[in-house]
Amino acid sequence: MSELVIAGRTFRSRLIVGTGKYPSHAIMKAAHEASGADMVTVAVRRVDISRKTESLLDYIDTAKIFLLPNTAACYTAEDAIRTARLGREAGMSNWVKLEVIGDEQTLFPDNEGLLEATRVLVKEGFIVLPYTNDDPVMCRKLAEAGAAAVMPLGAPIGSGLGIQNPNNIRIIREQAKVPVIVDAGVGTASDAAVAMELGADGVLMNTAIAGATDPVMMARAMRLAVEAGRLAYLAGRIPRKAYATASSPLQGVVGS
Amino acid sequence: MTIKLNGDPHEILEPLSVTALLATLAIDARRVAVEHNLAVVKKAEYDTSIVKDGDEVEIVNFVGGG
Repeated sequence: MSELVIAGRTFRSRLIVGTGKYPSHAIMKAAHEASGADMVTVAVRRVDISRKTESLLDYIDTAKIFLLPNTAACYTAEDAIRTARLGREAGMSNWVKLEVIGDEQTLFPDNEGLLEATRVLVKEGFIVLPYTNDDPVMCRKLAEAGAAAVMPLGAPIGSGLGIQNPNNIRIIREQAKVPVIVDAGVGTASDAAVAMELGADGVLMNTAIAGATDPVMMARAMRLAVEAGRLAYLAGRIPRKAYATASSPLQGVVGS
Repeated sequence: MTIKLNGDPHEILEPLSVTALLATLAIDARRVAVEHNLAVVKKAEYDTSIVKDGDEVEIVNFVGGG
């Protein structure tokens, strides 16, 4: 199975996972191992000055796992750009999962702000992976603005609803000249498999693993689902038909 | 003198470098990023960037996220 290549960097796994909302850092670490992921997302937040907290980075083997800082909870291009710059300094890589959020309830992206921030950050030398709507036109504009990949949502962040608009994901994949990562909305393994069967180059998820009753087991399920979906996509599925086609020979039936 | 540190007022005795500020806060400089009056401070500039009365400083690190 071929590897995932984004901006010239090769990843063994097509599954990208988050680091938020796990029951503990230890469970997160075990889930990361079970997922096989070699890229994880992290958020950039103020250090708690008043008390000493455990560092997330003590639980991520950064020799094996690439850190992708996000700009989650940024509602303007300006805030996202500022956060991306801080993330670059904290992580010493110029990659960013760019989020410019437009609505608190749905966490849907603000496309105007997203495009503007993409242009600015690309100009500053960032490798920009924007979290976007499942909109082929928007994905094309982001790629034209220099995004290294496009990351359309499958469903709202943390909703677990699965791929709500599979046809759009398929169209995005057919049209995009950059890798397509389905980001957000996965609830269980079959959702990840569907995303990959549609042709997605990868899947990014957080809550589906972190929020599962057994995050480590779910991480393994997601790993297998992403592999299965990818293989099915490459293998080429049979066409859908309305009526039956017999699998056994029609000749030599006893009594005929 | 008072600076604004991560959005809150914070007293310092005298102007001090980013390196010294992090030291007084017992923060490991390798795991954070610092913004001084809205501009990111490169790690190479921690010794020479001086925080003064009225300045705004943000110190961030990585936390769990998706």
